Amino acid sequence: MSLTTRPKPVIDNWNRWFWDACNQRQLVLQRCTATGRCFYPPAPVSPFTGRPNWEWAAVSGRGELWSLVEFHQNYFPGMKDELPYTVAMVKLDEGPYLLTNLDGIEARDARIGMRLSVRLPGGPEGFLLPQFGPEEVAP
Amino acid sequence: MPPNVSLASPAINTPWPLRDKAAFVGIGTTPFGNFPETDSYGLGCEALNAALDDAGLTVDEIDGLIVSRIPSYERFAEMMGINPQYCLLTEAPGRFSAVSLALAAQAVATGAAKTLALVYGNNGRSVRIAYGGGDSEWSPWGMTSPGASHAMMWRRHMHEFGTTHADLGPVSVAFRHHACLNPDAVMYGRPITLEDHAQARPICEPLKLLDYCLVNDGAVAWIVTSAERAKDLRRPPVLLSGYARQDAFHYGSGPADDFWFPSLSACRSVYDRAGIGQKDIQGLGIYDNFSPTVLFSLEGLGFCGLGEGGDFVRDGTLPLGVGRWPTNTSGGHLSDSYMQGWGIIAECVRQLRHECGDRQIPDAQAMQYICATNISQSLVLRRADA
Repeated sequence: MSLTTRPKPVIDNWNRWFWDACNQRQLVLQRCTATGRCFYPPAPVSPFTGRPNWEWAAVSGRGELWSLVEFHQNYFPGMKDELPYTVAMVKLDEGPYLLTNLDGIEARDARIGMRLSVRLPGGPEGFLLPQFGPEEVAP
Repeated sequence: MPPNVSLASPAINTPWPLRDKAAFVGIGTTPFGNFPETDSYGLGCEALNAALDDAGLTVDEIDGLIVSRIPSYERFAEMMGINPQYCLLTEAPGRFSAVSLALAAQAVATGAAKTLALVYGNNGRSVRIAYGGGDSEWSPWGMTSPGASHAMMWRRHMHEFGTTHADLGPVSVAFRHHACLNPDAVMYGRPITLEDHAQARPICEPLKLLDYCLVNDGAVAWIVTSAERAKDLRRPPVLLSGYARQDAFHYGSGPADDFWFPSLSACRSVYDRAGIGQKDIQGLGIYDNFSPTVLFSLEGLGFCGLGEGGDFVRDGTLPLGVGRWPTNTSGGHLSDSYMQGWGIIAECVRQLRHECGDRQIPDAQAMQYICATNISQSLVLRRADA
């Protein structure tokens, strides 16, 4: 499947660092400095305090498959050739959910609750899109 | 929020200060279908005139106006020649139908307005509105559309509780059965079976075509005034006895990870607020944008346990004449008309006026409406003479 024709992310003042980090093959999240809890999507304030007290933190890129769906309807011109495609809801170990895609495993082989880890195989021009596949166990 | 977490203050045992203060005195609906020759303004005007005629009122007696999904309250008021003392536009999502009603009740109770027109108009079909696509937080991954969010939630429900896609079949089939008793329904004359539901074209699996609501043009108007004034009007007044609401804005605008169970559970306070118990209710109106929300609603309001929705509806709980809980007797969003709750609430009023003909719930005295979303709500309506 080709990630090059995917819709591009809409960059704003809060998510710019997230995407810049992806381009350096690192997953980062905002972390609330008062509670230590991470959140996503990027925002001007921590949702745990409502205050602008947060920092960017490199995270594990690991989590579990929480749910998944298979799209049969075409909504994006650049994704027509991928139909039917899977969107996975991944609960990161740090707490937040990401809506993402599977890489390196077919949807029919995926099991809710399975361990996954991030990879960055490509994306539309100028971006690397986080995708998730079976967790690679550290040697 | 994880399931099984109860909210801190569900306000059980507390009567609603606005109990039985506001009444429906007029209901108007347009035909439902594809009407490129008009628009949401034209449809809204038609529905409002029908509601005024139903109430026996003239437009100059309207001193409050709430407009929804019609683009401009100002233009709509100008068109209808209404110069009210209370006027606002509510957001387009369907959760705002019951929110609008609560605002109307507040306006009546506080004297902000005496007689309100609430008007919803939608021409989504003829302008071919797309519920998906476009730029969003999740578009790079192809995630889009309310249907996909509900598919994500339902897949998780299947995982946690062992439910299946087939558990949604009795919902779609019951509502289609009701639409076939309702000559005004978009799907009148087109019955379906459980087999049809199972074999329908997949849209965003696990959901298929017959799990999705319709998209059609139409409008709905309600006239709401005080219970006192309603006694002098021509229709049997229907009272807003209770209203309960709990919001939960899940972070990231992604699918809720709890089936809205905690916030729907908080809405069980609606019975105490109304002074009417669940056992005293004859029928339900449930916001059915997608079939899973019906089961989420039944679980959340305690008609069955969390995760038991599939078992609960399997043996005919929802169909008229068969089940204890006849639900969406007009056919709902799945088979009557996608009027985003406005039509379902109108149907509850018509049931209580005993105007529903072949689809009438015998001797209906009280009806309950439930909406499972990030603004979870429930309301109880009753006949004034009940």
